[in-house]
Amino acid sequence: MSILFSGRVSSGATTRKVGVGRRFFMFWVNHVRQALFSLGELWRTPSASILTIGVLGVSLTLPATLHLLVKNVQQVSDSFTQAAEISLFIREGVSDTQISSLHKILQADQDIARVTHISKQQALAEFAQVSGFGSALNYLTDNPLPDVLLILPKNTSADSARQLMARLSKERIVEFGKLDIDWLTRLDAIVSLLRQAVLIIAVLLLGAVLLIIGNTIRLSIMSKKDEIEVMKLVGATDAFIQRPFLYSGIWYGVFGGLLAFLIVETMLWWLQGAIVSVTSLYESEFHLMALSMAEFLSLMLLAILLGLSGSYLSVRRHISAIEPTGP
Amino acid sequence: MTDKPKIPAIELKQLQFYYLANGWQLNVPELSLRVGQHLFVRGASGSGKTTLLNLLCGITKPVSGELYVSGQALHRLSSSARDSLRAKHIGVVFQQLNLIPYLSVLDNTLLSSHFAGQNKADATVRAKVLLQRLGLESTIWHQKAAAISVGQQQRVAIARALLPKPTLLIADEPTSALDSDNRDAFMKVMLAEADSNGCTVIFVSHDQSLAQYFAYQLTMQNLALGVQPC
Repeated sequence: MSILFSGRVSSGATTRKVGVGRRFFMFWVNHVRQALFSLGELWRTPSASILTIGVLGVSLTLPATLHLLVKNVQQVSDSFTQAAEISLFIREGVSDTQISSLHKILQADQDIARVTHISKQQALAEFAQVSGFGSALNYLTDNPLPDVLLILPKNTSADSARQLMARLSKERIVEFGKLDIDWLTRLDAIVSLLRQAVLIIAVLLLGAVLLIIGNTIRLSIMSKKDEIEVMKLVGATDAFIQRPFLYSGIWYGVFGGLLAFLIVETMLWWLQGAIVSVTSLYESEFHLMALSMAEFLSLMLLAILLGLSGSYLSVRRHISAIEPTGP
Repeated sequence: MTDKPKIPAIELKQLQFYYLANGWQLNVPELSLRVGQHLFVRGASGSGKTTLLNLLCGITKPVSGELYVSGQALHRLSSSARDSLRAKHIGVVFQQLNLIPYLSVLDNTLLSSHFAGQNKADATVRAKVLLQRLGLESTIWHQKAAAISVGQQQRVAIARALLPKPTLLIADEPTSALDSDNRDAFMKVMLAEADSNGCTVIFVSHDQSLAQYFAYQLTMQNLALGVQPC
């Protein structure tokens, strides 16, 4: 039986007076029934349904995957917060009291997360240990290294760190400040570019999905043109006729979204082993991030909205265009 | 005490419709039918019979003029309101019958009651009575429409049109596929059922001999004359 009549012919409206509660209940029961019969219609036309769901799933997979790529690169970028650390080199001849005073002032600064003082003695000892020139340094009469205050900004973005450095460099006892963040700026720019690319690709693919679903629904409407004409002649409204097709669009969205999620999860599972091998070489604890629950729900919502929008555009255009040829 | 003036079943005033594509137009200066009147409409092909019926059904909206069905201004109604009016007040029988082939005889009949908002149980009882009166026995009620004869399909179409108790029945050449015996039997049954509901009938046919069943006629080539006695 056709999608237009399944479960509907025998459930006619009633002129008997019924309570508001029952009418509300029956309203939802009817919608659930129609939704299930629309699902049955998809099942009865498996080849067309699988193709449409496949196209929708694959089309959603690409932006979802790119989103995950950006998310993981962002994760790498965020892990390099130390790159935003500012080194403040203290002038020669400044007393420990003055340095301690500045240290306390900076600790109270709202823009600063952490302040570490490396005294010139500590710096020399560290240099001696790391450089391997320990015995040679014994010949120095004076310690040439300055005191350093290491500042970790609360906001580790390149721009904020630069602004903070510019402000702190003006402190009277500070010789100059140093911030080695250019490479992080470049990484941020690349992430931003990727994000823009994901957006553009997503918009293009989602537009294609709308057209594909719209066309599938159009073909379904055209195949039932005669029945639609009869229904209109006996007084069915456009809204009544449209409903099962809209539910078909929603089902396409549900299954397309689930397919996209499964493809993405399978890809992550596939890549996880290779990524662990690479990261272990760098002694890194990097873990590939999957879709969160909120992202999964967003993906499903997007897919359902696409299915519904595609079918809505199609039914609005094509069902209203079908007019009975008259008696 | 004075009687309230009865609302005409159909009233058309200065009705105009035209097709932009070819410039063809239909003008109906005035037409009025009382409740229960039976009208025979005749005219050559292309004279506008179908267009007139489409206008009366609310399928097509007039370009200008006024069109009332059971007192409701069809020309002012939205598409969905016209659909609703058609469901509740207008029964239509088509030349091509337009039954849904995979639905049973009973379900085809009940289709109109669904959109007329009738209770299913009541409509089913009434549909069975109607089918029986039209000579369709219970043995075929659950057969698919595609499996019964053309004559039987005609009767199912009539049952479907009459089930919501319409105030107006519109029929366009419903007897074209019937032989003369079946045709006469069909006409009698259809008009008797329409009469039992107090239903106004507009019947279109090329077959002039069918005019004998009607008290009034309308000639498409001369609409200015309006409704004339047969």
